[in-house]
Amino acid sequence: MKICNSLSDLESFRDRLISERRSDRIVLRTCISTGCKAQKSSKLVQTLKSEIDRQGLQDKIEIRKTGCHGFCEMGPIMVIEPENIFYCRVKPDDASDIISSIVSDGAVIERLLWKDPATKENIRYERELPLYRKQKKNVTYRSGRIDPTDIEGYIAEKGYTALGKALSEMAPSDVIQHLIASGLRGRGGGGFLTGIKWKICSEASGDIKYIIANGDEGDPGAFMDRSLMEGDPHSIIEGMTIGAYAIGAEQGFIYVREEYPIAIEHLSRALKQAEEYGLLGNNILGTGLNFTVQITKGAGAFVCGEETALIISIEGRSGTPRSRPPYPALSGLWEKPTIINNVETFANVPLIISTGAEDYASIGTETSKGTKVFSLVGKVMNTGLIEIEMGTALREIIFGIGGGMRKNKEFKAVQTGGPSGGCIPMSKLDMPVDYDSLKEAGAIMGSGGMIVMDETSCMVDVARYFIDFLMFESCGKCTPCREGLKQMHQILTNICEGLGEERDIETLMALAQLMTVSSLCGLGSTASNPVMSTIRHFRNEYESHIYVRKCVAGVCKKLFEYVIDEELCNGCGLCRIKCPEKVVSGEKKKLHVIDSGKCIKCGICINSCKFDAVKVI
Amino acid sequence: MKIPIIIDNKMVKVDRGTPVLLAARKADIFIPTLCYHELLEPYGACRLCIVEVVQNRQRRLVTSCNYPAEPGMEVFTDTDPVRKIRKVLVELLLARCSEVPVVQKLARRMGIETSELKKKETKECVLCGLCVRFCEEVVSVSAIGLSNRGIEREVTTPFKTASDTCIGCGSCSYICPTGCIEMVPDKTPGMREMHMGKLTLEPCTNHYQCENCSTDQQFLNNLKKEVTRFRDTFSRFRNQES
Ligand SMILES: Cc1cc2nc3c(=O)[nH]c(=O)nc-3n(C[C@H](O)[C@H](O)[C@H](O)COP(=O)(O)O)c2cc1C
Ligand code: SF4
Ligand code: SF4
Ligand code: FES
Repeated sequence: MKICNSLSDLESFRDRLISERRSDRIVLRTCISTGCKAQKSSKLVQTLKSEIDRQGLQDKIEIRKTGCHGFCEMGPIMVIEPENIFYCRVKPDDASDIISSIVSDGAVIERLLWKDPATKENIRYERELPLYRKQKKNVTYRSGRIDPTDIEGYIAEKGYTALGKALSEMAPSDVIQHLIASGLRGRGGGGFLTGIKWKICSEASGDIKYIIANGDEGDPGAFMDRSLMEGDPHSIIEGMTIGAYAIGAEQGFIYVREEYPIAIEHLSRALKQAEEYGLLGNNILGTGLNFTVQITKGAGAFVCGEETALIISIEGRSGTPRSRPPYPALSGLWEKPTIINNVETFANVPLIISTGAEDYASIGTETSKGTKVFSLVGKVMNTGLIEIEMGTALREIIFGIGGGMRKNKEFKAVQTGGPSGGCIPMSKLDMPVDYDSLKEAGAIMGSGGMIVMDETSCMVDVARYFIDFLMFESCGKCTPCREGLKQMHQILTNICEGLGEERDIETLMALAQLMTVSSLCGLGSTASNPVMSTIRHFRNEYESHIYVRKCVAGVCKKLFEYVIDEELCNGCGLCRIKCPEKVVSGEKKKLHVIDSGKCIKCGICINSCKFDAVKVI
Repeated sequence: MKIPIIIDNKMVKVDRGTPVLLAARKADIFIPTLCYHELLEPYGACRLCIVEVVQNRQRRLVTSCNYPAEPGMEVFTDTDPVRKIRKVLVELLLARCSEVPVVQKLARRMGIETSELKKKETKECVLCGLCVRFCEEVVSVSAIGLSNRGIEREVTTPFKTASDTCIGCGSCSYICPTGCIEMVPDKTPGMREMHMGKLTLEPCTNHYQCENCSTDQQFLNNLKKEVTRFRDTFSRFRNQES
C-alpha cells in the first residue's frame, strides 16, 4: 500500500506534516554535501549528535543534514534556526561550544561567524551575507534548508504540489502551453525553449516515449547540477514526472556521473521514497499515470553530456555523438521520441506549474526568463554557488555578490560557459547575464560556470588551457573538431613559447570558423569560443606575444622577466631567502637583484615580497 | 514514392529520405567523401561531403551522406562556403596524413600541394571508421573498434591484443581507403597476418577450412555473399573515383 493513494491523501499528509512541525525546536541545518563533507562535516554531525544525546537535548535541538548552502569555500556550513545564525568553517571540536551556547544564554559564537573581508565585520545572519543578499533563490531555495534524504521535508516545503496541480487541473497540453508561455529555456547549454521541445515530443508518433535528465555536468570545476541533485533531488523527479504526464512517457532516466556518489545516493533514496509515497510507479496518486525513473551512471567523459552521445551511452554503447536530425524529441533513446533536459531545467518545471507561467515569466529578461544557478569561482572574494535573476549585470555578480577582486588585483576577464565558453572583458561588465547577451559577447551560458580572472591571467594561456582540455575530451570522431583542436593547440603553444608568427591569428580564426560550421556536434561547434573570444577582446595580448615576445601577465615563462623595482625594494631579503634557485642577490637593507638568466620563473619572489617590489617586464 | 529535388540546378528524382549524397551521385555531381560507403550506415565523421541545403527558406550547411532528401529541397554542392570548408578540411587531413595517397589526391583536387598548418604528422589512418563499421555491420564480428577519445582516438582490437573474434576475412584491410591495415601472408601455409599499427590480428583459427568450421554455416554463407557483393560494389566505386 502506498502512503498517498490520491491527491487528497497527499494534501492531508502535507497538512499533517506542517501542523506537526515543532516551532519550539532549534534546528542546526548542517551541510553534508560534497564540499562540506570534504571538510569533515559528517564527523561534525556525529559529534553534535553525541553531544546532544549526552545532554539529553534530543527534544530541544534537531540536527538537520542538508544539501549545499552555496558558500562551499567556507565549509562546513551550519545555519541555526529559527534565527538563521550563520556559522562557517565549523569543526567537530566546535560541537560542544555550539550546544552549550544554545542551552546556556543563546549567545552567538563570534569565532564561527563569517568575517566580511571588505568591512572586517562579523556577519551574524544568513540573510545578511553579501554572497546571499542579492541572490534570488528559487531553484536552490530548498537546498540547504531541507534534508534531501527525507521526502517529508520536501513535501512540507510545498513539494509535489505542482505535480498534484498538473494531474488534477491541467491536461497534458495545458502543461506544455504553460511551459511555452513561461519562456523557460534549457539550462544545460543550448538554451532551447523547453516548452517547444516538449511539444514536438508530445506530437511525435509512437506509444513509447522517454524522459532523460542530464546530470552529467562535465565542465571541470562546475558543481551546480551536483548540488541540486544532492540537495533537492525531488525537485528534479517532480519536474520529470510532470514531463512524463505532458508527453505520455512511462520511463525516465537520470544520467549522473560515477564521480558523484552523494548525488547518486540521494537520488536513489529519493526515487525509492517517491515510489513508497505513491508519487512514482504505477497509478501515481490514483490518477492512472505510470512513471518510473532509473539512474544511469556515466563514466565521466565530457562529451557524454552531449545529448546524442548520452543517449547512446544509456543504450550501452560508447558515448560518441551522432548527427542530428533526427533530434531526440522525434527519435532518441532506442529510436523512440525522447525528451532530454538538464536537471536544473527539470527543477524549474514545478515552479512554473505552481506559480503559473505568467508569474514565472515576470522575472528575467525579454528572452531569458527565470533564474540561473552559477558556480562563481576564481579571483573573487566570495566564491560559491549562486542563483541570480536572469539579466543581472556581470558587475553586480562579481563585485556585489562576489565581493570584488582578491588581493586588490585588477579585474581582467570573466570566463563563462565551461570549456567551450568565452572570456568577457571589463568593458562588458555592465552587460546583463542572459543567453543572448552572453552569446553576443562571444561566450555562452553553458551550464553556468563563471571563472573570474585578474591581471595575473594571460589570455592566450587561458585559451590554450581550454583548447588543451577539449582536444582530449572531444570524442575524436569528426575531422574539424579533432584535427582543428590539435592544430589550434599547436599554434597557441607556439605563441606561448615565443614562437608565434604573424599569420597565426588569421589561421586560428580560419580554423575556428571551420569548426563552428562543420563539426558534427555542439562540442566542436563551440570549441573555438575560448580562442575567438580572447582574440576578439584581448587581441593586444596575442599581438604582444607574437610581435614583442612579451607576456605582460607574467605567465608564459619564456616571454617575461622578473625585476626588482629600485624604489620599492627595501632590502628585506625575503625573496633572496625564499628563491629556490638562489639567484637573488643583495645585501640587507640594500637593493636586491635577480639574475634573469638563471631565474626559472617559479614566481615565489613575486608572491612573497611584501612591498610589491618584484615586477614583471 | 519518388520526389524531385534540385541539386545545382539539376532536377533528380529519388525516394524520399534518400541521402542527398546519393541523389547527387545519381545526377553525376561529384561530392568528396571519405567515411561513406553504400553498404554501411552513414557515419557523418569526415565532414567532406558538406553541402548547402535550402529548405523552408532556410539555408543550412549539412553533411550530404546522412541528410535525407525531402520535397521542395534545393541543394548546392559548389558554393563559396562549401568550397572553403572542404579546402580547410582537406588541409587538416593532409597535415595529419601527409603521405597518404587518397588524401594527397583529394588535396591536389582542391589545389593544395602541402599543408601550411603547424602540426605535421605522418599518420596513416584518417579515422573514417569504415573498417570498424564494416567489421560490425557486415561481418558482424566487431573484432576491431575505435578506442580512446579526442586526438588519441585510434582503431584497435579490444585491449590491443590479438582478437579472438577476428575471422581473418580481410574486409578491414580491403575497405580501408588509406591502406593502413596491411595483410601479409604468414609463414604457416594458409595463414595470414594483419598489421594494424603494431598490432597483429590473429586470423582464422580453423585455417580457413570453412566446411568443417564450428561457426554457423548459414552465417558463413551469408558472409561470403556479403563480402562478394561488397567487393563488387567497392571495385565499381573505385573505378568511378579514378
Ligand atoms: C560537449 C557537450 C557537453 C554537454 N554537456 C552537458 C552537461 O553536462 N549537462 C547538460 O545538461 N547538458 C550538456 N550539454 C547539452 C546537451 O547536449 C543538451 O542540449 C541538454 O542536455 C538539453 O537540455 P536543456 O535543453 O535542458 O539544456 C552538452 C552539450 C555538448 C555539446
Ligand atoms: S564535434 Fe568533436 S565531439 Fe562532436 S562529434 Fe565531432 S569530434 Fe566528436
Ligand atoms: S584503418 Fe583505414 S578504414 Fe579504418 S578508420 Fe583508419 S583509415 Fe578508416
Ligand atoms: S562522407 Fe559524409 S561525413 Fe564523411
